[in-house]
Amino acid sequence: MVTTRTWIGRWPVYRQLTGEDDLGRGAAARSRRTDGLASRTQTADKVVQSVCPYCAVGCGQLVVVSGGRVTQIEGDPDSPVSRGRLCPKGAASKQLVTSASRQTRVLYRRPYSAAWEHLDLDEAMDMIADRVIETRKATWEETDAGGHPLRRTLGIASLGGATLDNEENYLMKKLYTALGAIQVENQARI
Amino acid sequence: MGSNMAENHPVAFQWVVQAKLHGATVIHVDPRFTRTSALARRHVPIRAGSDIVFLGALVSHVLSGGHYFGEYIIPYTNAADLVPEDFRDTEDLGGLFSGWDGQAGRYDPASWQLTGERDETLRHRRCVLQVLKRHFARYTPELVEQVCGIPQESFAAVAEAVTSNSGRDRTTAFVYSVGWTQHTSGVQNIRTAAILQALLGNMGRPSGGIMALRGHASIQGSTDVPTLFDLLPGYLPMPHAGQDDLDSYARAGQEPAGFWGPFRSYAVSLLKAWFGDAATAGNDWCFGYLPRLTGDHGTYQTVTAQIDGACKGYFLVGENPAVGSANARMQRLGLARLDWLVVRDLQLIESATFWQDAPEIETGELSTGEIGTEVFFMPAAAHTEKNGSFTNTQRMLQWRHQAVEPPGDARSDLWFYYHLGRRIREKLAGPAADRDRPVLDLTWDYPVEGRLAEPSAQEVLREINGTGPEGRALSSYTELRDDGSTRCGVWIYCGCYAGEVNQTARRKPWRDQSWVAPEWGWAWPSNRRILYNRASADPEGRPWSQRKAYVWWDPERGEWTGHDDPDVERAKPPSYVPPAGTAGPDALAGTDAFIMQRDGKAALFVPSGLADGPLPAHYEPAESPCRNPLYDQQADPALRRYQRPENPYNPPESEAFPYVFTTYRLTEHHTAGGMSRTLPYLAELQPEFFCEVSPELARERGLEHAGWATIITARTAIEARVMVTARITPLTVQGRTVHQVGLPFHWGQRGITTGDPANDLLAVALDPNELIQESKVATCDIRPGRRPRGPALLDLVAACRRRAGISPGGDR
Repeated sequence: MVTTRTWIGRWPVYRQLTGEDDLGRGAAARSRRTDGLASRTQTADKVVQSVCPYCAVGCGQLVVVSGGRVTQIEGDPDSPVSRGRLCPKGAASKQLVTSASRQTRVLYRRPYSAAWEHLDLDEAMDMIADRVIETRKATWEETDAGGHPLRRTLGIASLGGATLDNEENYLMKKLYTALGAIQVENQARI
Repeated sequence: MGSNMAENHPVAFQWVVQAKLHGATVIHVDPRFTRTSALARRHVPIRAGSDIVFLGALVSHVLSGGHYFGEYIIPYTNAADLVPEDFRDTEDLGGLFSGWDGQAGRYDPASWQLTGERDETLRHRRCVLQVLKRHFARYTPELVEQVCGIPQESFAAVAEAVTSNSGRDRTTAFVYSVGWTQHTSGVQNIRTAAILQALLGNMGRPSGGIMALRGHASIQGSTDVPTLFDLLPGYLPMPHAGQDDLDSYARAGQEPAGFWGPFRSYAVSLLKAWFGDAATAGNDWCFGYLPRLTGDHGTYQTVTAQIDGACKGYFLVGENPAVGSANARMQRLGLARLDWLVVRDLQLIESATFWQDAPEIETGELSTGEIGTEVFFMPAAAHTEKNGSFTNTQRMLQWRHQAVEPPGDARSDLWFYYHLGRRIREKLAGPAADRDRPVLDLTWDYPVEGRLAEPSAQEVLREINGTGPEGRALSSYTELRDDGSTRCGVWIYCGCYAGEVNQTARRKPWRDQSWVAPEWGWAWPSNRRILYNRASADPEGRPWSQRKAYVWWDPERGEWTGHDDPDVERAKPPSYVPPAGTAGPDALAGTDAFIMQRDGKAALFVPSGLADGPLPAHYEPAESPCRNPLYDQQADPALRRYQRPENPYNPPESEAFPYVFTTYRLTEHHTAGGMSRTLPYLAELQPEFFCEVSPELARERGLEHAGWATIITARTAIEARVMVTARITPLTVQGRTVHQVGLPFHWGQRGITTGDPANDLLAVALDPNELIQESKVATCDIRPGRRPRGPALLDLVAACRRRAGISPGGDR
């Protein structure tokens, strides 16, 4: 049974006047509901250490996962770079990865067509491999006018963003170079 | 300078604010007053494109006032070296250095080679210090006032702050971003700062140096592990036509002394990493498999090849040139001429949908039914959906752990390239054509994991790190050999997987380690946090002061020690003098702090490697409303232009284009907008494209705050909301007022917030060294009201071109 005394005791003004929280901005203002809440990080399946994908400062991120989905991204307080802080972009990065307008299916536009079509991922990969092989063969340059080896194609080019991982850049450069594609560029020059 | 750190690198700027609270003086030199300026002790508004005058005047002030750090510059820089008799300065030749070949449009650097003689009294007429003095003698506070629009008192205050805060006990740091690089003088802007910092003894020391703040998560990594046309991993150059074998290639890249001495070891280890057992001493380590360059194959050259039909297939991997590149219209015209295009991104960016909604469709220049480009849109995995490392702006690699699986067809770029390579290899298998041997001999057997058959990023990192004779991970680039016994994908990253441990994944909290925090991530080379830190100690190996102690020689233990990994061989005593006949690192003395240089010295004067001179000189930007008051030479003689109908230039001092504009970024958006205009939070925070103009310019042109303006160049016209603000100050330059317009460049026609791309206004004019575009300064006209729609837009631009005297071919 709730006595008058406990009822008054739960009243924030009473707690502010009688407790240590004079300004009523801490314990006095807490409700029972607040006390019952747990942060998403506490109930998450896992919290994974990551790095912000926007600028090159490299702020530490904690990616909170529940039910196989990203439910929150926040700053990593352990990072000597950022000590838990994120800027507006880094703080918004949950929307980057969970965006409703994110494309999750392969799209294909035929030459001269006015519309996208869906394409199976496997088929798209196969078609792209064919395009590379054909264009490379058609534009191959074995030597220059003086007979010096060139061993290249100027028919294929690539422009990569600087949000690529080192490992990705490495495989790209390795494959392109073996294919003889030299017009391989990156945001780093832009 | 050239950086708006508080807005573009806000979390790093907390440390600048911390330093300020500890008494540091923060100065912001920038055309616009920003949140960086608001937190600085002093904001110095500067005319965009005049940085070399400002920095050159600081150099001149240091030299004429004797403020340089004498005990530092003699051992650690080439101040005492003599230039040859036949060297001629810009002062002698009206703005050109000796060696200019007007016909070829480039320099022959023969007369820039140092003679090998030194005068440590620094009095010889031909010693670098005296050459510098004469070169910068006319870079005075009066000139700064005239060219940069900076009052002399303001310059004097900066000069006093910088010089009084440099020396044994104190260091000054410079921070820059693309406000320095994106100029036709990009490399020379940074060079001028390097001269100043070396003269003041601020290089290789704590809280000193020149800090490049880069704008993308792994833009440093994309340079180290380069997806760049002219580089192989670890800054090895791509071979050129005529370098028919490894010997001729290595001869060009190898230096007699210093850490470019083992060039051959780095190159052979790379070839072994790529071609494995197929690479043998007998076949020149498969060097012949590498394609050769014949000049400029940069991204802007490529777009011209696309328009001309020579370049037929294109991969865009997390990049949106239809918005993000200079003269973005030219990029869209290139995309529309391709046979096929692969776009890998999270969202349907403008570069994927140009055939539907490019601005040129509205103007009638392009029509969907006539665009033959076959487009594959391949959804990409986000940073939370894959393992991998980013290299941040301090050269630090940080591993990200995968949190969730990518949705639907989304895959990592690692997956895409691994499986694309695998399929191409399968299709080419069988009796191989000679040109297919490099593809078939490639080491391409990465283990795959999970339902999606994702290649192991960790295994790729291990290949990048390199392995020794028994296949164990190497721990340092000093272990690399040119006999085929070592394999290493990126020599500067050797050690990131030392001891078979992914060093980049280390995450010891900052509170549990030293202030240098060496156990968080891994910095190249060898987890070194400050480059050339040998210079933090005096020639005898003692710290310049206790306050600035960083690494030092411990005579008792006979080794270098300190707060960081020493950037010198640990056991090399300061007293070491190289015996005759030594090469590579052994040929550098114990006092040679700049170990990548063949003479071990910071280059005040650069004898080779630069396309536009051994010393920085002020040239006006490719487009400028002002005449160069210093030399007859108006713009950089070596700058690269593409004179084409779709890339016309505004003439200098043109009345048709009287205003300067500069492009920039906002805190709430990211580059070409693909990662920010699509986010509701960010789109709400910065909902519309705008231009910043001063109240004076608004009055002059009848622009209203929150109204519309049309901004016009010879390329096109765009519209923006007007922000009238005193944050932009009109400057007095050569006796007249120069107005500057600020334009954030994030917008395009797609996303939650849309607007015209500011980059459409820019011409492609490039720095001759790095081929980076001048997007931080150009000229324009600005008028009140919205731009015309449809073909009328073309009429407006054509009329402005006629007024400026530009022919339809793009020539004047």
